Amino acid sequence: MKHLIRNGVATLVALGLLSGCGERPPIDTQQLGYRGTGMEQNINPRIMKTVMAANQPGPIQPAADGSGPLASEVYQNVQVLKDLSVGEFTRVMLSMVDWVAPADQKNCTYCHNAENYADESMYQYQVARRMLTMTRDINSNWQAHVGQTGVTCHTCHRGQPVPPYVWFVDPGSGRENAFVGTRAEQNSAVTGLGITTIGHSSLPYDPYSPYLLGNLPIRVNGPTALPTGNRSSIKQAEWTYALMVHMSDSLGVNCTYCHNSRAFAEWDGESRPQRTTAWHGIRMARGLNNEYMVPLTGVFPETRLGPTGDVAKVNCQTCHQGVNKPYGGVSMAKDYPELQREKVLPLGPVEAAVDAMAPTADAAAEVSEATSPMASSTTAVGAATG
Amino acid sequence: MAEYQNLFTRVQVDAPHYPGVPHEPRGIWQRGIKASTNYWLGKIGDAQVGPFYLGTTGVLSILFFILAFEIIGLNMLASVNWNPLQFVRQLFWLALEPPAPEYGLRLPPLAQGGWWLIAGFFLTLSVILWWIRTYALARKLKMGTHTAWAFASAIWLFLVLGFIRPVMMGSWSEAVPFGIFAHLDWTAAFSLRYGNLLYNPFHALSIVFLYGSVLLFAMHAGTIMAVSRYGGEREVEQSLDRGTASERAALFWRWTMGFNATMESVHRWAWWFAVLCTLTGGIGILLTGTVVDNWYLWAVKHGVAPSYPTTFEALPDPATLQGGP
Repeated sequence: MKHLIRNGVATLVALGLLSGCGERPPIDTQQLGYRGTGMEQNINPRIMKTVMAANQPGPIQPAADGSGPLASEVYQNVQVLKDLSVGEFTRVMLSMVDWVAPADQKNCTYCHNAENYADESMYQYQVARRMLTMTRDINSNWQAHVGQTGVTCHTCHRGQPVPPYVWFVDPGSGRENAFVGTRAEQNSAVTGLGITTIGHSSLPYDPYSPYLLGNLPIRVNGPTALPTGNRSSIKQAEWTYALMVHMSDSLGVNCTYCHNSRAFAEWDGESRPQRTTAWHGIRMARGLNNEYMVPLTGVFPETRLGPTGDVAKVNCQTCHQGVNKPYGGVSMAKDYPELQREKVLPLGPVEAAVDAMAPTADAAAEVSEATSPMASSTTAVGAATG
Repeated sequence: MAEYQNLFTRVQVDAPHYPGVPHEPRGIWQRGIKASTNYWLGKIGDAQVGPFYLGTTGVLSILFFILAFEIIGLNMLASVNWNPLQFVRQLFWLALEPPAPEYGLRLPPLAQGGWWLIAGFFLTLSVILWWIRTYALARKLKMGTHTAWAFASAIWLFLVLGFIRPVMMGSWSEAVPFGIFAHLDWTAAFSLRYGNLLYNPFHALSIVFLYGSVLLFAMHAGTIMAVSRYGGEREVEQSLDRGTASERAALFWRWTMGFNATMESVHRWAWWFAVLCTLTGGIGILLTGTVVDNWYLWAVKHGVAPSYPTTFEALPDPATLQGGP
């Protein structure tokens, strides 16, 4: 009897400790691949509930009339949303107040000079303009990753001026040149930025710099059974592993959401189509960081920069925030044709006349494409992602 | 009144300390002669503690071990800026890393892996000296050297991981870091880098002998304790003069699976399983990267890895597509 009581108490204490981790059973398991391959997604419905509660779409302004005069004709210094009507333009501006302006300043003057709305002097104004171009670029040129779901400012910002999940280059532990106790950018529970390491692991804690800013090779596996010159090191595999743990963490998924764990590197028939989407996602994050964020470094005040003076950058978590599809797949962007892509404007009388002469029309289209703000960014992203 | 009967006895025998068999003393560090009795140790084993016999190799081995242990520990402590609180809190994360790949087999600066090389050297020295001691003590007691050779098998795996394979690969960076999570991460990364170690047949053999050892241990220990009421734990007597304990134990296994090991042979089974675990494991590690670069593709090539029907759209590697980003 005494034994029974003692064992009972011990069991209760053990269960209490386990439930303290927040991962108490039962866990739902969803089969993702052929039976026996172990490809499955583990979902803790209690954790998922909290995560989904934090991933609700933002406010949506009522649809605007697209027919009125163009904002660029009515307002001064409109450079990106030139194709929108005054109604659509105002709708985007009001949405940005909802989505981006800080809670204590939900009005236009977070970005605009109240005296002169065309004044470019506030850094917020300059950043917002670039971000609008970026949003349209993502929605029209990165559909390999964002599909038809698309993104809005809210996908990252969630009602805050700085998105809740951004990353800075890790300044290191400050012991890089010490005689003893260097940690090789890993083997620590906290990073040089003072935050918890990815997945609480002792893996390298800044895999973003080499892969989502730089273009270092992520793949470490050789293409042949026997050695044929693949000199990737085990340490390199740890960096790749860290990036993958970041992805798993950011999306709230297991490795087997994309991979068959028996052959992580194999594509055809081993990996799920989600891996292809993720592959484009890596290139998208890298492209956005290099094309949009890094060039804005000088625009931001010092308080917005990281400890090494670098700009805030995006990784998988910036949009996903713990869910495999942001907001669980709900598309806010579908309600915002303004943010989808540059609208094809109806042709004016002069252009219509030119259009009648077919050969010159192509040339005109080429010229207009070259001057479009998106054209340059698309090419540069392509180059950066190689 | 309680009575000393078998392994389960609650009575501790208190008798004059047994000084051990006579031997020829050699070296400057002689065996001790003092012994004491500890009641609590008597609960789980022999209550007599000592006499110790460290000997020259034992003393040197401990010395080199302390050196290695200190180098590793102080590097970990330094990595948290000498903060003892953080040292305790982050102990599982901290590590001493081997040099980066660019150093190859050259001697790197102390902080870039030099300390790792020195710690590894002292640790290896310590382990080998302890092996010599294990061998020498067995010879002094006119025993066989089975324990030493079993230990040697473990040292083989240790040397393959930290020395032989890195040298064959031409890079210290291939070796294992000293650290708790760090060496586990290394193990996972090793398998990931070389295309899934589970397709390495020697790794498979090693697992067979590892789990096999556990199974044999459970079978043997279970059998002997089950017949201890008939004096079964006196295995030496039982193997010379087979009594009812042996008869019943053997019959139990013949009833169960038609075959039984003997009082003597079961220990050979156990020894070989334990020895082969690290022996085959070491071979498997040694072949990885040197002879085989991708174990999954190797298994496909030799018809080991089956192919499964796909339940999802099989897409090609996007990096190989024309015009892909």
